[in-house]
Amino acid sequence: MSIVKTKGLVHEFIRRDEEDNVESITTALDHVDLRVEQGEFIAILGHNGSGKSTLAKHINALLEATEGTIWVDGMDVSEEENVMPVRKVAGMVFQNPDNQIIASVVEEDVAFGPENVGVPTDEIWERVEKSLKAVDMTKYRNHSPNKLSGGQKQRVAIAGVMAMEPKCIVFDEPTAMLDPSGRKEVLAAAHELNRQKGVTVILITHYMEEVVDADYVYVMEDGKIIMDGKPREIFSKVDELKAHRLDVPQVTLLADELRKSGLPIPKGILTREELADAILKCASDFRR
Amino acid sequence: MSIILDKVNFSYSQETAYKIQALKDINLKIEDGEFIGIIGHTGSGKSTLIQHLNGLVKATSGGIYFNGQDIYDEDFNMKELRSKVGLVFQYPEHQLFETTIFDDVCFGPKNLGLDKKTVELRAYEALRSVGFPEALYFQSPFDLSGGQKRRVAIAGVLAMKPEVLILDEPTAGLDPAGRDEILDLISKMHKELAITVILVSHSMEDVAKYVDRIIVMNQGSVMYDGTPKEVFRQYKYLEEVGLAAPQVTYLMHELHEKGLPVNLDATTVEEAKESILCALRNNEAKRLQ
Repeated sequence: MSIVKTKGLVHEFIRRDEEDNVESITTALDHVDLRVEQGEFIAILGHNGSGKSTLAKHINALLEATEGTIWVDGMDVSEEENVMPVRKVAGMVFQNPDNQIIASVVEEDVAFGPENVGVPTDEIWERVEKSLKAVDMTKYRNHSPNKLSGGQKQRVAIAGVMAMEPKCIVFDEPTAMLDPSGRKEVLAAAHELNRQKGVTVILITHYMEEVVDADYVYVMEDGKIIMDGKPREIFSKVDELKAHRLDVPQVTLLADELRKSGLPIPKGILTREELADAILKCASDFRR
Repeated sequence: MSIILDKVNFSYSQETAYKIQALKDINLKIEDGEFIGIIGHTGSGKSTLIQHLNGLVKATSGGIYFNGQDIYDEDFNMKELRSKVGLVFQYPEHQLFETTIFDDVCFGPKNLGLDKKTVELRAYEALRSVGFPEALYFQSPFDLSGGQKRRVAIAGVLAMKPEVLILDEPTAGLDPAGRDEILDLISKMHKELAITVILVSHSMEDVAKYVDRIIVMNQGSVMYDGTPKEVFRQYKYLEEVGLAAPQVTYLMHELHEKGLPVNLDATTVEEAKESILCALRNNEAKRLQ
């Protein structure tokens, strides 16, 4: 069973004036069909205003569809009685860590979620323990969150979501406000949860480098999915991505430039190692 | 035209048990017309540093001189300094508040006490220099996209006619094309308006591509101060303080280690491409000899 499945999902933001007349309609999602299997690591790309975050909010039952259906773990999100169960299945991590942390001690912050849904105290502590360990923040458990770095705060936020034991976590630009090492920490934590705990990860990001290790990539524009495929397939279309206001990782761009200058470099290079190997191969081929 | 920081120290919660020293003994000289990037991990003192440059926070000790004048002198005109050193904060679009885009850009110069005509002229000029479409001037700023809003916010600071423009992570949260547009715009303004630009950024690739000089902050001190090439040559030390070099720099080092004599100082895609092609050509020439 797919963990997230949408069929013809439409979301319209309708603006009304004072007399309740419709002023304008913005279609944020336009018949989106997508399927995410349990345990996958999915990335969603798209420029600002392409509908990524609207889609994310549907997965967490924060918005109601105008048309179409979305199922999370087999539950139809539009059914009133499914809303709370859906939110337990799908957790969310947002861009700004400061907006998500509420307690004055790290472990209390992580405990907040399970406490709210009435988990017995012993089990809360067990979950806090496990979650902090999963994001490697155990040694900060008694610290005050506001003394942590951005990457650490974001990992506390992830631990807070983990404590709810979700099957799926949606990360909505979790690294946009972080420095390079913070970005690395958060991304490593997401991959770790995916591999070790089998949590499905849906990552929304503007950093192309972060997408390289995903299992599958969706590209959105004007509320539609316009490209989808494995990272290698997506990033081999450098010019097409640029036309959609996106980019490719810097090494992929360099590989593309070198190929355009006549070097026999294969398409869809994603990592430094691959490019280094391809260039060195050119050098040794010349020698032969 | 220059800004000089002389042994600047700054502590938060001075004289309490919670004292945190945010800046330690900063000595810098910023010349007219420079394009400077400031990098550093979260909490390294970048934002505190730039807030000193237009007098928003006062150094605990040390002096700051703007065009030779001590800004902490009693008769120094702080208001004038703030109009000459424009600061664009992180997520500046959150500061938009007027009913129309044009009014929002007028707000700054209006507060300088200029007459209506001059204010409007400046707003027009500022909006034009950020490449904002004229058809939207009298619409609400809240209906714009993230990148557009940010342009309006930058125009609001430009309308003050600053001599120094400081931007704190102007591209955070923008998509790649939006990021390039804003950075190209900043670079264009630097050239055409001949203003000093100071860019605070977490993106090493962007810094490498645009600026002439990089200041690296670490734990409240200046760790490095030099050209992008000089600074990124220290990539191993940068990593230790939570930073990194652009991806291509790493690639060049790998190639060099494996015996291809490429230029280790390449920090942009363009430079890397030239250097790799050149190294391969030399390689080939040697073989033919």
